[in-house]
Amino acid sequence: MSEPLWIQGGRIIDPANSRDEEADLFALDGKIVETLSEGERSTARKIDASGQIVCPGFIDLHSHFREPGQSQKETIRSGSLAAAAGGYTTVVIMPDVSPPADNAGVIQYILDAVAKHACVNILVTGCMTQGRAGDNLAPIGSLKKTGVVAITDSPDSPQNNEIMRRTLEYAGMFDLLIMEQGRDRSLTEGATMHEGATSLRLGLHGSPRAAEDLSVSRATVLAALTGARVHLQCISSGSAVDMIRRAKSRGLKVTAEVTPHHLSLTDETMASYDPRYKTNPPLREEWDRQALIEGLLDGTIDCIASDHEPHVDYEKDVEFDLAPFGVIGLETALPICMATLVRGDAAELTDLVRFLSTNPARILELDKGHLSPGAEADVTVFDPDEKWVVDPDTMESLSANSPWLGEELRGKATHVAVKGNLVLQRDS
Amino acid sequence: MKQSANWTRKHLIGLENVKPSEIDVIHDTARSFRKTLGRSVKKLPSLRGKTLVNLFMEPSTRTRLAFELAAKRLSADVISIIGQSSSLTKGETLKDTAKNVEALNADMIVLRHSCAGSSLYLSNVVDVPVINAGDGAHEHPTQGLLDSFTLRDHLGELKGKKITILGDILFSRVARSNVFALTKLGAHVTLAGPATLVPSGFTTLGVEVCHDLRAALADADAVMLLRIQHERQSSTHFPSLGEYTSMFGLNQNRASWLKPDAIIMHPGPVNRGVELDSALADSKRSVILNQVTNGLAIRMAVLYLCGVASDLEKKGKKK
Repeated sequence: MSEPLWIQGGRIIDPANSRDEEADLFALDGKIVETLSEGERSTARKIDASGQIVCPGFIDLHSHFREPGQSQKETIRSGSLAAAAGGYTTVVIMPDVSPPADNAGVIQYILDAVAKHACVNILVTGCMTQGRAGDNLAPIGSLKKTGVVAITDSPDSPQNNEIMRRTLEYAGMFDLLIMEQGRDRSLTEGATMHEGATSLRLGLHGSPRAAEDLSVSRATVLAALTGARVHLQCISSGSAVDMIRRAKSRGLKVTAEVTPHHLSLTDETMASYDPRYKTNPPLREEWDRQALIEGLLDGTIDCIASDHEPHVDYEKDVEFDLAPFGVIGLETALPICMATLVRGDAAELTDLVRFLSTNPARILELDKGHLSPGAEADVTVFDPDEKWVVDPDTMESLSANSPWLGEELRGKATHVAVKGNLVLQRDS
Repeated sequence: MKQSANWTRKHLIGLENVKPSEIDVIHDTARSFRKTLGRSVKKLPSLRGKTLVNLFMEPSTRTRLAFELAAKRLSADVISIIGQSSSLTKGETLKDTAKNVEALNADMIVLRHSCAGSSLYLSNVVDVPVINAGDGAHEHPTQGLLDSFTLRDHLGELKGKKITILGDILFSRVARSNVFALTKLGAHVTLAGPATLVPSGFTTLGVEVCHDLRAALADADAVMLLRIQHERQSSTHFPSLGEYTSMFGLNQNRASWLKPDAIIMHPGPVNRGVELDSALADSKRSVILNQVTNGLAIRMAVLYLCGVASDLEKKGKKK
């Protein structure tokens, strides 16, 4: 059993309990407790959190670790270390590994690796369709029995509407969440960035908003038809935000996420032809970025997810068209959101904790994302002002495909506890 | 070698960020080189002892020939590497190929590549000058320079002149480089062709977009035709070549809508009878072969100016 934990003098932000105050936080035997006895206090691990924020650990609904299949990019171990460094205590990993996690065997392999190597909670998802090919349903019931928390073909989705409809219907039977990162692929063939004035100028093939809007529209229409729960991943199109707003107002069980990079960057970054900015869905225009922030603040978009997609350096050190899509994000999400939302005067710190912890827990119906006594002691302590430079040598991820490489960012986790065990401790 | 005060670039990646005065320097230099082209002894010593490597990852006749000849006229040694016969088919990256070329002490690389941005990328990973000979649908700066040079020959100052570019604009690097060069020189540029190949978003580049051929041709001082690049676009952009010709091909009848002294240009290769009537291509209005000759002079100027800038940079570093 872990030693008692006594986090002293921090500003506790716990939106689920409408709490924002300077106080001490205690944990015993892996759970949050009201207080510790004198004896427990004398043996407790004490953390000086003065000037820092103490909140429920961040929960990422969307990460791609590469084990099994491409462990040179990221393993369960390295990914979980990157998560802890970024203040995350729970990460949901996507099934696009090799072989794809479309059967109980692969899921069990991943769960075993998680039990052995992960330092944070890792929750596993399974494929919607066999081989993520979009043609035949995966054995969704067996996946659920093996322990997946959701199904998804992320970063793809079935193009066939009949398959999508039946997936929703079938998974709905188990009340299993469907995570959908959709685009109409017939509109995005050969596309490497957002279609707009910038792609025309740069001579790069663009992916129109319409490709995303059509798939968001399909998801809401089929959610209405089947009653299934659909979580829309990586919303990047401003017009899609509007569609989600209307779907929610009709009472559909639809939730949505946005990434830190779509909240903070636009397609103008592509002028450098630097593949570090190449991602899917693409970074769009300032108008979209503002619509995403607005959607997040008014509750249309529920949470922030990293879409952590590691690639090794030589894969991105090629011509723009030839580079793979994706950026890493677990270690930079906090400072980027701080800069874009909190220091950008759009949101309060308590909103940020809602987007990074409280709301993702609610989407997955997890008893996490709050600091109520009795809850598992998944706690993040962060310094909102600590300055640090994004440096591949000091990052935990095996990959360094970050858009912010070499930049100085503000805000960093100092202590992270998972079930009361400190998995990150950086005492100043 | 003497450096022009107005030219300090060792790379030529595109015309978007080139100043009008820099275009003037290249045109002036090309004009003096052009005078030497008809001599019986054609070689100039300007790049003697230098090695130029043509890295052509995509098929090309005119551009590669012009760069090879330009380098040879300036006494450089030239080696051409063609994509299909190089290590790139064995999985070697562009970066590794270029690094090897550099390790063999090449002095300049001319790159033709199917990916937009590849020249800019290469200029960031090697030290030697990189000259863009066409990167995907992005830019083909020497083509833009030779076209504006040819236009200046025939129309004089380009300020206020109306130039129509007709054809496949979306996939055309020639169109983009021309738009950047011609708008910098004060010309009014109209992009014409079917809406699928000439999306209205191009107006953000400071040009007009027109899908009515008659209006696009009516008061043009020059019309530049572009080939339909069937190798680049998917089959969804227009119904057929026949339909294209019937709607947008320049034939005798449509040429009569032009001003009497308007000129016809084409960067080649011409698909006779598709975008351009065969007889028009050979008519007095056509300056297509002048473009080719000017292309040689422009490439000599670019190689010379970038070579000088690179030498001066090296000397500066030694100090």
